[in-house]
Amino acid sequence: MIEARNLTKRYGPTVAVDALSFDVRPGSVTGFLGPNGSGKSTTMRMVLGLDRPDAGQVRVGGRRYRELRWPLREVGALLEAKAFHPGRSARSHLAALAASNAIPPARVDEVLDMVGLTSAAGRRAGKFSLGMGQRLGVAAALLGDPAVLLLDEPVNGLDPEGVRWIRDLLKSLAAEGRTVFVSSHLISEMALTAERLVVIGRGRLLADTTVAELSAGSASLEDAFFRLTNEAVEYRGNTTKEARS
Amino acid sequence: MTTTGETRKPRARSSRYRLAQAARMEWIKLRSLRSIWWTLAVTAAGTVGIGAAVGLNTRNASGDLTNNAMAGVVPGLLLVGALGVLTVTSEYSSGTIRATLAAVPRRPLVLAAKAAVFGAVTLIVGEAASFIAFFADAVTLRHGVAAPSLGQPGVLRAVVLSGAAFCLIGLLGLGLGAIIRHSAAAVGVLVAGVYVVAQVIGIIAHSVATYMPILILENSLSTTKPVTCGTSEASCPHFLSAWAGLGMLGLYAVIALAVGGWLLARRDA
Repeated sequence: MIEARNLTKRYGPTVAVDALSFDVRPGSVTGFLGPNGSGKSTTMRMVLGLDRPDAGQVRVGGRRYRELRWPLREVGALLEAKAFHPGRSARSHLAALAASNAIPPARVDEVLDMVGLTSAAGRRAGKFSLGMGQRLGVAAALLGDPAVLLLDEPVNGLDPEGVRWIRDLLKSLAAEGRTVFVSSHLISEMALTAERLVVIGRGRLLADTTVAELSAGSASLEDAFFRLTNEAVEYRGNTTKEARS
Repeated sequence: MTTTGETRKPRARSSRYRLAQAARMEWIKLRSLRSIWWTLAVTAAGTVGIGAAVGLNTRNASGDLTNNAMAGVVPGLLLVGALGVLTVTSEYSSGTIRATLAAVPRRPLVLAAKAAVFGAVTLIVGEAASFIAFFADAVTLRHGVAAPSLGQPGVLRAVVLSGAAFCLIGLLGLGLGAIIRHSAAAVGVLVAGVYVVAQVIGIIAHSVATYMPILILENSLSTTKPVTCGTSEASCPHFLSAWAGLGMLGLYAVIALAVGGWLLARRDA
């Protein structure tokens, strides 16, 4: 369970996240959608206590992240691909994280196997492709067998097989009763993976709903998304307009 | 693809992560980077090599031979200080810092663990380097110059405190890395602060010079007897005693780590 209340983050005069409130419940995959620059990553960093909100708060399993006793055993996160030192092996990276939360070393090999990196575990992670980096990030998120998972753009850089693998993995994790919160700007992917959706634009909540509800009345989830975020797109190309004139 | 219930319960004695767990994480991180061991090996080899070279070229037995043997500590400190910086800043450049802080959200604990592990490693390497340099110098002495022995007054102290300087300058670098967060800038500040500024101040302001890290090492820590500048008393700054010098270097490291820890806890990662 993730509970965000009135979450606000400013960077100078820019309001990145603006009084955002939502709940992410266990048992289903919740997609976190929004245009580029809408505040998805900032929100996720605030959930993990990495960025300090200027106002409001967010709780995970009823507690603020900084109060968690064994954070990796309660919350697993994939924030960015390649968030590891390029000179360190995948196994050492995971072993270090495991040690910090007293997770048994045997679990490292388990998660490496789960993400299919066993054969690459001893290699310097700096040589990994983007897709392998994502898999290592997923392995780190699963390390503590947490009840809550946060993944920021997990399918970035994955091949079609990897995309399907992530989709099935997230669904099975949710089916086990976990809270799964996945950000993406790939609407078609979210249509296949998520049941619930939190949609934001310019840091504000636009919708907290289900995929079925949002896409009802539109030709597709994509159309529904565009209608919702039309006013809240931060960066937009102007090619179509120029082509017309 | 499902996770098994068996692996779920780690049998930990404490009910919450503490310094011990954070330090274990930092030890694994340090241990698993080959570049760190290469740098430490080069640091030690350079310190010993310079000590041996100084021994070969010593012709005057009247100088402080122990101080001569420690000549290689000065460049060695540069490497260990830079390594301290990089231990923190490489986490920022690679993004590992977010994984680290998500695993251990009590941030001062992270820096304390880093300092404990890095400090212990650099203390061991530093002591080994300065003792081996001392003996390398003694072995290579020629021209009828008698080698100093550890039993002579102040000699053991000079060798031990020179080794400790590696640890303290390494921790200073670690603290600067946490404050500045960017590798190049932090290494720049370290080199400027420890070497360049110290040399300039050493020339223009005698009274402050005695508090400059490198001059503390050269004139307080690694000497067996108070430094004199030969001709007149007035031309020589009043250098700190060995133990006061050690305390001063320790104070620099503590200040850098305290400020770094405070900023780490306050800033967004």
